[in-house]
Amino acid sequence: MDVLTTPLLTGTATGAILLLAALGLTLTFGQMGVINMANGEFLMIGAYVAYMTQQVISGAGVSILVALPVAFVFAGLLGLILEVTIIQWMYQRPLDTLLATVGVSLVLQQAARDIFGAQGDPVTAPSWMGGRISVFGYEWPHRQLFTILLALGAFAALNAVLKYSSFGRRIRATVQNRELAETMGISTRNVDRLTFFLGSGLAGVGGVAIALISGTNPTLGISYIIPAFLVVVVGGVGQLKGTLIAAWAVGVVTAFLTDWTSGSMAQVLTFALVVVFLTVRPQGLFTVRTRSLA
Amino acid sequence: MTVTAASTPEAAATDAATTAPAGIRRKPLPARLFTTYGGLVAIGVLAYVLMVWAPGSMSPFRLGNLGKYCAFALASMGIGLAWGRGGMLLMGQGVFFGIGGYAMAMHMKLEAAGAGNVPDFMQLYGDGTMPFWWEPFRSGAFTIFAIVAVPAVVSLLLGLAILKRRVKGAYLAILTQALAVAFATLLVATIKETGGFNGLNTFTTFFGHNLYDPEVKKNIYRIAAGLVIVFLVILWQLYRSRYGELLVATRDAEERIRFLGYDPANIKLFAFVVAAVMASIGGALFVPIAGIISPTNVDAAASILLIAGVALGGRASLLGPAIGAIAVGYGRSSLSEKYPDNWSYFQGALFILVMLFLPGGISSLWSKLKSLAGRVR
Repeated sequence: MDVLTTPLLTGTATGAILLLAALGLTLTFGQMGVINMANGEFLMIGAYVAYMTQQVISGAGVSILVALPVAFVFAGLLGLILEVTIIQWMYQRPLDTLLATVGVSLVLQQAARDIFGAQGDPVTAPSWMGGRISVFGYEWPHRQLFTILLALGAFAALNAVLKYSSFGRRIRATVQNRELAETMGISTRNVDRLTFFLGSGLAGVGGVAIALISGTNPTLGISYIIPAFLVVVVGGVGQLKGTLIAAWAVGVVTAFLTDWTSGSMAQVLTFALVVVFLTVRPQGLFTVRTRSLA
Repeated sequence: MTVTAASTPEAAATDAATTAPAGIRRKPLPARLFTTYGGLVAIGVLAYVLMVWAPGSMSPFRLGNLGKYCAFALASMGIGLAWGRGGMLLMGQGVFFGIGGYAMAMHMKLEAAGAGNVPDFMQLYGDGTMPFWWEPFRSGAFTIFAIVAVPAVVSLLLGLAILKRRVKGAYLAILTQALAVAFATLLVATIKETGGFNGLNTFTTFFGHNLYDPEVKKNIYRIAAGLVIVFLVILWQLYRSRYGELLVATRDAEERIRFLGYDPANIKLFAFVVAAVMASIGGALFVPIAGIISPTNVDAAASILLIAGVALGGRASLLGPAIGAIAVGYGRSSLSEKYPDNWSYFQGALFILVMLFLPGGISSLWSKLKSLAGRVR
C-alpha cells in the first residue's frame, strides 16, 4: 500500500499548492484573457508577507493566521497597481501584456533580492502543524493537510463568490459579453480592477502556504508560474473545476513519477505529458462552447 | 487583400508599379527603389561595420563579446521572423540555441579528449563510459549536419503537433517557455551525459585550430558576423517573397487565410522551423566564442533575454532584431560592469517601457515621431 498511498498523498498536497498558485491565474487569464507572468511574484510576495508577520508576531501559530489576510490584501493591492499602471493600456494586445508582465516579474524578483537578500529565509511552521497522522501506514504531515484544506477553502470561496455574489455575477456577465454587460449598467472597468485584485490576492494566499513548505526565496515565483499556467491551460481556460482537477492530476502524476525516477526527471516528464495532452485536446479538460472561430 | 505590415510590403509595391493603371499617382522612382532595396543597403552598411570596421579597430576581448552578441542576434532574428511576422511569440528558443550549442560543445569536448578517449567529466561524475549518442559527434561533418538537422526535425515534429492543433497566441508562448524549463531541468539532471549544471567547458580546439590563437578567434568572430549578414539577406528575400506576404497575412487574419484555401499551420510551421535552425546555429557559434555552454545559457531566462533584443529593436523589422540583440548584449555587459546586480531592473524596465510606449521597437521610432508631429500640426 505504501507504494501507492505515499505518492498519492504527497501528490495531492503538491496539487493543492499548484491549485493555490493557479487560482489567481484562472481568474485573470481565464476570465479576463490577461496573461500575468508576474503572478508568480505575487506568490513570492505572499511568502515574504508570511516571513514579515513572523518577525512582528513571534508566535508562529497566530502569525500564519494573520499572514493569510494580510498577504491577500497586500498582493491584491500590488495586482491592482499593476492593472492600473500597465495592464489596462494593453487589453487588446495579449502577447505584449505577457512580455510587459515578464518585465514586472524581473523587477519584483530583483527588488526581493535587494530587500531580503539572495538567500531565502525560513518560515517557522506553527506547532499545531508539526504533527503527523497515519493514513494507511503513511505518516502524513499536518502541514500538507493544512495546505490541502487551505486550497480547497480558497477554491470554494472563489467559486461561491463567482456563483452567488452580485460581484461574481458581474464578472461572469463581463466575461460572457462585455458590450452587453456595459449596456446593463455594469462598469466593466471596475469589474476588471476588482477581478485583478482578487486574482492577485489569491496568489498572495498561495504564497503563505508555499512559505510554510519551502520558506521564502526571491526565485520562488519562477518555479511555480509555468506549472501553474500549464494547470490552467490543461483544465480549460476559465474553468474553475477544470483547474481543480488539473492541479490534482498534475500533482499526483508528478509525485508518482518522482517516486519512479527522480525529482527533475519527473518535472521533465510531466511537462512532456502536458504537451502531449494539449496536442490531443488543445482546449483543455473543460470548455465553454462558443460560436467563435477556432 | 489589405495587409498591414509594419514595414511596407515591398513585393506589393513592385506589383503596383507594374500593374497600376494610368492616373494613379505613383511614388517617384528613387522612393520606389528605396522601398525595394533600402533593406539591402542597410544590410550592406551593417556588413561593413561588422566585417571590416569591427575586426580592424576593436580589441580582441571586445571583438569576442561582439561575436557572442552576433550568436544571440542569429537566434533573435529567428524570433523576429516567427513573432514579428508570424505572430508566434517563441519564449523557448533557448531549447534550440542549446541543441546547437551542445552539439558543437560535444564535438569540441571530444576533440579535446583526443581520438578514442572519453571527455574528462564523464570519468569525474560517471564510470568513464560514453553514451552511444556521443560517438557520431567525433566527426566534424556530422556535427555541422546535426546543428542544422536536429533542430529542424525537432521543431518540425513539435510544430506539427502544436501548430496543426491551432495552439497559438499566449498558449504557444507558455508552451514554448515550458519546453525551455523542461530542457534546462533535463540537462541539469543528466550530469553524467551532459555535464549537468556546469555544462560543457574547457575546450582546446575548434575543428583542429587552436582556440587560444588570436587569429583563430578573429576568424570565429568573422564566421558569426558573416552568418548574421547571410541570414539577414535570406530574411530580406523571404520578407519580400510571396511567402513573407502570406506569413504577415496569417498573423493579421488567420481565419481569412484559411478561408482563402491556405493552411495557416503550414505557413507558420515553416517560420517556426527556420527560427529553430537559426537559434541552433547561433548556439553553435556561441560555444567556441564563450568557451562554455551550460543550462543557464538555454533556460527560460536566457530565452527571454533573446526576446528582449527583438522587442527593443522592433519585432517586425528586418534589421531590428539583430541590432536589438547586439544592443541588449552591450547594454547588459556594460551595465553589469557598472552596477553588478541591477541588470534585472534594466531588463524589466525595457520590457515594460517598450511594450507600453513603443511596441514596434526602435525601428518604429521614426514613423511614430512623424505621426506625433503630424498630430501636433
